[in-house]
Amino acid sequence: MPTSHPHYKFILALPLLLWTSLVWAKTWNVCDDCEHNSIKETISLAQPYDTLLVQKGTYREFEILVDKPLVIRGVGYPIVDGEKKGEIFRVTSDHVTLDGLFIINVGVSYTKDNAAIRVVQSKNFLIQNMVLEQLFFGIYLEKSSHGKVYHNRIIGEAVDEYNSGNGIQLWYSSGIEVLKNHVQGTRDGIYLEFSDEITIAENVSMENLRYGLHFMFSNNDVYTNNTFENNGAGVAVMFSKFITMRNNTFRKNWGTAAYGMLLKEINDAEISGNIFEENTIGINIEGSNRIKYNDNDFIGNGWAIRVIGACYTNIFKGNNFLYNSFDISYNSKLNDNVFEGNFWSSYTGYDLDKDGIGDVPYRPVKLFSYVVNRTPETIVLLRSLFMDIIDFSERVSPVFTPDNLKDAQPLMKVRS
Amino acid sequence: MLKILKYSFYDLIRSRWSYVYFLFYLALGFVLLFLNNDVSKAVITLMNVIIVLIPLIGTIFGVMYYYNSREFTELLLAQPIKRSSIFLGQYFGVAGSLTLSLVLGLGIPFVLYGLLRSNAIFDFSLLLVTGAFLTFIFVGLSFVIAISNENKIKGFGYAVLLWLFLAVVYDGLFLMSLIVFEEYPLDTFSLVATILNPIDLSRILILLKLDISALLGYTGAIFKQFFGTNLGFLISLAILLLWTILPLLGLRYKAGKKDF
Repeated sequence: MPTSHPHYKFILALPLLLWTSLVWAKTWNVCDDCEHNSIKETISLAQPYDTLLVQKGTYREFEILVDKPLVIRGVGYPIVDGEKKGEIFRVTSDHVTLDGLFIINVGVSYTKDNAAIRVVQSKNFLIQNMVLEQLFFGIYLEKSSHGKVYHNRIIGEAVDEYNSGNGIQLWYSSGIEVLKNHVQGTRDGIYLEFSDEITIAENVSMENLRYGLHFMFSNNDVYTNNTFENNGAGVAVMFSKFITMRNNTFRKNWGTAAYGMLLKEINDAEISGNIFEENTIGINIEGSNRIKYNDNDFIGNGWAIRVIGACYTNIFKGNNFLYNSFDISYNSKLNDNVFEGNFWSSYTGYDLDKDGIGDVPYRPVKLFSYVVNRTPETIVLLRSLFMDIIDFSERVSPVFTPDNLKDAQPLMKVRS
Repeated sequence: MLKILKYSFYDLIRSRWSYVYFLFYLALGFVLLFLNNDVSKAVITLMNVIIVLIPLIGTIFGVMYYYNSREFTELLLAQPIKRSSIFLGQYFGVAGSLTLSLVLGLGIPFVLYGLLRSNAIFDFSLLLVTGAFLTFIFVGLSFVIAISNENKIKGFGYAVLLWLFLAVVYDGLFLMSLIVFEEYPLDTFSLVATILNPIDLSRILILLKLDISALLGYTGAIFKQFFGTNLGFLISLAILLLWTILPLLGLRYKAGKKDF
């Protein structure tokens, strides 16, 4: 039938046309002397799945709403300057990619959490290779899921906690990967609240005002191979369950109220292969149960582990405790935690049968640390001869410290 | 007085004790820096040694020297020399030579290991200054004890007891009172109790200058507030000075009254 032939052809071509329109989505160039010189304007003209190439230059724009699936890619790190007027990017659509932009001057507000990039109720987004400076909040993910925050550099200049924001904040989000970011000089480097199934890996979070990483009410999260250095108070993990913390480094969180890691109301977590180096307190534990501490290194901390109270059925196995002022501080006489097969640098026992395990149990709690827990003022006797003498006598025959708090199988050599 | 000072000083140097003391510190300094190359960490370890050993050595040395040179002292007393200058001369001779051994013995290895280029130089000089003060204080105290006791055994006993009291027992009593009165605000009390004992005062002065002071927490903050200011620092130096002068006054008084 000749009449119906073209019609038939058209039906055949329809999916082809749609497909080509997807693949040959339009690319928009944005630059100072192009046809389009504003990001905001170009977004409103673009069709879904188009690509915006933002060329090198300075764009003084804020409140840029990305409400359709777009790829916005910077070429040669164009500067988007918010001029301290408010939020800069707001993503409300799924499938948005932001790549290679240099965003500066986010407006500081005491009523709104202005962010350099805010993602609201979106899925499958990708934020990568961004540089954020002079910010309030950096990347703020709100009720979003299945996205990736990859290789961004966030440098804040936070001075006071009340007028600074967090580097990367996740709020009611899930299934997000935060990889290889560098966060520095913000209030909390990375902050999670009500966010589950998040992976945080290979980030560096340093010199933040409060915490390098902060968990609140977030379960089933994993963080591995991150470095937290010189933050106000290290990493705080609070009110969360099933968190896995592996191969992270906590360094130089040093100060009168600082610690490497704070655990508060954490249950069923795994903490293994981490390095805690030169923190005032390596791990501060409060009300945390059923946690496995395996193969961690505690090096040169003030207190390696400080147990404040209500911690039951925790297992400490195969850790290295090297040259800490106090290995463990404990405030009750009751002990339900297991210490087994750790290496303690101040262990002085012997190994007659040469099986690599000391024949005499090691008691990690010094009398001094017990006394300090009871009467904090006594810390002024730190490093006095008298304290060394009574520590020694307590170690020989424990009277005040929990009798069963001991490592019955201390290692003779450092676990490598 | 200067002549006697010089005589005592050279006497000690000739008797090789100063050398032994000097070599001890030299070895200590080198070994510490050899074991960990970090100057500021070595300062911490050194502090432990200094606040225990310097008072002990000062005490023993002072008593020993006084009893040993007794005959010579009697000979001098027969000469027309003021009593106070005889004893003060001997005192400064002993304390001076001990201090010199300390400063050179520790100074040489640290300078060789690049102290001048590190920022630990202030901590280190504070360490030496408190060390010198402790030497002067404890030699002075031991001279007073020795001059008040004819019996050598008794004199030695008292001197060692004094060291034991200030280095160990005092802290024990301090700790006990802190625990007994834990219901009360103790900050001022612990501050005062620390200042009253020269060993504790030196320990805290050095500790506060080091990183480790972060361990002191809340109490440390109060101490820092006090010692961190110029006034606090001057007060603590004044207390150390007072501790040095009081035994000297005692020595003069005793020397003037004693019937040889």
